[in-house]
Amino acid sequence: MAFDNKPLLEPIISANPVILHVLGICSALAVTTSLSTALVMSVALIFVLSFSNTLISLIRRHIPKTIRLIVQITIIASLVIVVDQILQAYLFEMSKRLSVFVGLIVSNCIVLGRAEAFAMKNPPLPSLLDGIGNGLGYAWILLLIGALRELLAAGTLMGHVILPLSENGGWFTPLKMMALPPSAFFLLGLLVWVVRTLKPEHAETLLETENSKGEGGEP
Amino acid sequence: MSRLKTSNLKTLSVAFLVALVCSVVVSFTAVTLKPLQDANRLRASSASLVEVLQTLGVGMPKTHLVDRVSGASVRRDPGSKSELGADKDIAGLGWVENVLTVYELRTDGRIDLVILPVRGTGYKSMLEGYLVLEKDLNTIAALTFHKQDETPGMGARIMEKEWQALWADKQVSDQSGTIRIEVVKGAASDVHEVDGISGATRTGRGVSNLMRFWFGPDGYGPYLARLKREAG
Repeated sequence: MAFDNKPLLEPIISANPVILHVLGICSALAVTTSLSTALVMSVALIFVLSFSNTLISLIRRHIPKTIRLIVQITIIASLVIVVDQILQAYLFEMSKRLSVFVGLIVSNCIVLGRAEAFAMKNPPLPSLLDGIGNGLGYAWILLLIGALRELLAAGTLMGHVILPLSENGGWFTPLKMMALPPSAFFLLGLLVWVVRTLKPEHAETLLETENSKGEGGEP
Repeated sequence: MSRLKTSNLKTLSVAFLVALVCSVVVSFTAVTLKPLQDANRLRASSASLVEVLQTLGVGMPKTHLVDRVSGASVRRDPGSKSELGADKDIAGLGWVENVLTVYELRTDGRIDLVILPVRGTGYKSMLEGYLVLEKDLNTIAALTFHKQDETPGMGARIMEKEWQALWADKQVSDQSGTIRIEVVKGAASDVHEVDGISGATRTGRGVSNLMRFWFGPDGYGPYLARLKREAG
């Protein structure tokens, strides 16, 4: 059997969950004030998503249709609690800064979305790759926005000074607005615009928009 | 008919097995990691105390053990606890230690500052912090919280330095000795009142209650009375 890397690579750029499907953007607003929080959040999501996809795929033939969403959410929620407990034990300061947002991975539409759309229909290995791929697709966008926001709002990256601030005798006047949640929306909007200009096939046609209405939106 | 029965049984057993495995994994993680998490919290609590002392510009205080009921100094803490009846438990504690740990800072035997660990139930979590008293034992020098799990952006704002700074120079009791300190809705109007946080009325009430409890006869009341007698 040839190794199929499509589930891994596709969601990173061409079927990116954030920029194409606009899923999981709630946390993109909340945790991208600095690169370090975005990084920890990304790692947490990749962990949850790859494990939930694999586990759900392993038992997909035994999950009764009537209770499948409950079973999926139970598995996802347990993984999220485990991640939250590990953060509280090994990265205490970080877990305080992320506060409720690690717990809110449970409600991140990417996780349940991939469980429903992919793991329920595919064997464990492709599901694992799909989980890692979608996690990475979410991660690079979070990291990009986190890096831009931290750099423009505080002149630092991971807490290291990159652009010396004028208040400390440097030349850079920080854009304080970048520290506020709306700026994450603006950056994400610009990013979607750039990607859709470069890859026009991403832009929704009227027909697609009509179709996707039936599937329900992102909470 | 028989097919339906099997499928119901299967549904139930899958649900049961998933729940069982998940709960075992979650409890195992929580129990194994608890010592590490507790150590982190302890470190955070002493770090917050050290920070307050640095802000006040004072040295390290001495630790003392105090009998809660008599207020007398004791050598050892037997680690025993008392349950609080509903009428006494104004801060929602459930139980309280019989021997309390306090921190005193003295110059030539005279009290400069007293640091009292306090805790009480807020809106939905236990609030833990330190209260620093001036030498008159009635003026608050500082209040800090290091543990809470209130609503982010609302009750959790009791952790903010700006709000904690409002407590400095507030008076706990009035001339007659009645405990008056409280968090009020809106802006404070006298030395016994502290501005409330909008949207966090119940957290504020929790803080007021813990003040009333810890300054009362079941908290540090007897101990503070002894210090006042000693000062003459």
